[in-house]
Amino acid sequence: MNQALAEKDHYLSIFERCDQRGAGPAWVQPLRQDAISRFAVLGFPTTKDEEWKYTNVSPILQFPFRPAPPETEGSAAIAAVERATAIGLPLHRLVFVNGHYAPRLSSVQGLRGRVRASSLRDAFAEAPDSLKAHLARYADHKTHAFVALNTAFMEEGAYLYVPKGAIVEEPVLFLFLSIGSAAAAVSYPRNLIVAGQGSQVTVVEAYLGSPGAVYLTNGVTEIAAGEDAVVDHYKLVEESDAAFHVATQQARLERSANFVSHLILLGGALVRNDVNAVLEGEGIECTLNGLFMATDRQHVDSHTRIDHVRPHGCSRELYKGILSGGARGVFNGKIYVHKSAPKTDAKQTNKNLLLSEEALVDTKPQLEIYNNDVKCTHGSTIGQLDQDALFYLRARGIGLAEARNLLTYAFASEIIRGIKVASIRDQLDRMVRTRLENQFRAKERGS
Amino acid sequence: MLEIKNLHASAAKKSILRGINLSVRVGEVHAVMGPNGSGKSTLAHVLSGRETYQVTAGEVIYEGKNLLEMSPEERAREGIFLAFQYPVEIPGVSTTYFLKAAVNAVRKHRGLEELDAMDFLALVKEKMKWVEMEQELLNRSINDGFSGGEKKRNEVFQMAVLDPKLAILDETDSGLDIDALKIVAQGVNALRSEERAMIVITHYQRLLNYIVPDFVHVLYDGRIVKSGGKELAEELEARGYDWVKEGVEAAPQANA
Ligand SMILES: Nc1ncnc2c1ncn2[C@@H]1O[C@H](COP(=O)(O)OP(=O)(O)OP(=O)(O)O)[C@@H](O)[C@H]1O
Ligand SMILES: [Mg+2]
Repeated sequence: MNQALAEKDHYLSIFERCDQRGAGPAWVQPLRQDAISRFAVLGFPTTKDEEWKYTNVSPILQFPFRPAPPETEGSAAIAAVERATAIGLPLHRLVFVNGHYAPRLSSVQGLRGRVRASSLRDAFAEAPDSLKAHLARYADHKTHAFVALNTAFMEEGAYLYVPKGAIVEEPVLFLFLSIGSAAAAVSYPRNLIVAGQGSQVTVVEAYLGSPGAVYLTNGVTEIAAGEDAVVDHYKLVEESDAAFHVATQQARLERSANFVSHLILLGGALVRNDVNAVLEGEGIECTLNGLFMATDRQHVDSHTRIDHVRPHGCSRELYKGILSGGARGVFNGKIYVHKSAPKTDAKQTNKNLLLSEEALVDTKPQLEIYNNDVKCTHGSTIGQLDQDALFYLRARGIGLAEARNLLTYAFASEIIRGIKVASIRDQLDRMVRTRLENQFRAKERGS
Repeated sequence: MLEIKNLHASAAKKSILRGINLSVRVGEVHAVMGPNGSGKSTLAHVLSGRETYQVTAGEVIYEGKNLLEMSPEERAREGIFLAFQYPVEIPGVSTTYFLKAAVNAVRKHRGLEELDAMDFLALVKEKMKWVEMEQELLNRSINDGFSGGEKKRNEVFQMAVLDPKLAILDETDSGLDIDALKIVAQGVNALRSEERAMIVITHYQRLLNYIVPDFVHVLYDGRIVKSGGKELAEELEARGYDWVKEGVEAAPQANA
């Protein structure tokens, strides 16, 4: 029996023995059941699978991951939240520790009107209509093994409902903390954001882990944006250097919706993230921006897919990768223009910066177009730091390490500058700067 | 202050400088003239430490130290400034941030206290006036979208802020209209001092009407083939570079 097969059985048997499977309304159980049977068929992907060609998940399979016991509001958790104030703790927040909801660290009282933010478990208990209408309707558990696994084990995560016409001024934070525990823990955050017609909301998802902790975050976020809704979504991943993060964000957009996604991947031993957006209505604007930074032996794989289904959709995508040390990056971006989507205007760009000889990136921008009346472009670049710029800075007295740092930051800043919300922009800017400084400091020590 | 002896340099296996000898004392202004491709910028870059050029022979002594052993940033901190012929555009790095980092790197090296934001701003505002630069340019990325004239002014402005001991100006005049040229020359002249030496590289005599040099050297095919006072520049302007070329090609190679 090969390893992937044995590991599959590990998860199947946990599912069989799982006593919390009954959580939630009756309609959830068949979803879980369907998902686990799909997972049983699919198994873990291998590099023979086109979508996983450059990402070998076998490091994840070496650990017998199990859900962590709930000890959500101990002193370690509080210390972790305090550390996380680096990302700022906005008024509205749902905090999870090792996959478990931490009500005392969370704050949702400030939300007005019929806006609802809660843990998924609480949402299951209340079972609002919007939950059944949207949960597990969009993310593809039929072909994506990790989405199937998440769906099978879904019981906790963040649920946010913004009714028709409501405008949430302050960002809502979903904070997932993983703090050191001896056993290798897995969590399955399952998030759902429902933005009703003409509503407006900003959501920040952040995944942070304490250094050295070995764990797996297997997440799924579904986003349903109604007609004319404006959804600004940020996701920050700074997991522990020994942790694994595999997640999918799946957005379903209706007529004239405006969806902006920013993905900032800074930490984790192996990170695989999929952002998928389906433009189901006319005149939708969709922006997907991303920045991934990897160093040492980190592996970061960023997949995106945009489906233009209806006419007059406009999508803009800019992903930037910065790879140093022996890190490996992957970008795979697909734009799929259906026959039913004339007047589509799509632009996709991927730029990568390699800071060392050993760093590697595989980039695969793809356009699939089934309508002639469209405007689509895509392109990707892989380059090193500009030697002329480097010399210019040094010729003014700036040291080599700082000059490299400045230019690398400049490359990243194109993404940061595109962030509309100033508080989020400043926080992410600080995190990227810190990340760069640490990286260069480590490098100077090493050489 | 600067002693260049028999300097040979090449790039991509191509020999460019082929035996330069030049001696610059503090307070002096030297003009280096020469036709396209004669090696003027190469000389400037070799003095600033650009690694694309390999020094194959000769030596350069700067204030008693072996200049060629120093990194570009050490040279800058020791007081060498190069005004680039083609200033580099660096999107994403703010001019203010960059210049403050540069000033403080130089100050630290000289054992001076680093400037805080207020002192830095005061310094910058004063120097901007010298080259009539718009303050708005400070908020932009380095040279990003600057016009040719703005880039050249920015070079002179940086020079004023960094207060070098040896300034090398590589065609800071080229591509400027007469008004811009006057402004740039004004800035450079304001920086002329007994404590500072300058090497002014130019193609045309035009600039030297405003910045009057103590010495003029003609660089041709990687060598200094003629040196003289400021009247040499006028003679060159009148007779053209062909006059120098003919002289060199007819004469036996003196310092090959
Ligand atoms: N990095 C390089 N690699 C190869 N050849 C080079 C390089 N830099 C300069 N050269 C060559 O060396 C010669 C001298 O170039 P340089 O730029 O020093 O001339 P210059 O006198 O400054 O010319 P200009 O008046 O056009 O500015 C030219 O033939 C040029 O093509
Ligand atoms: Mg030149």
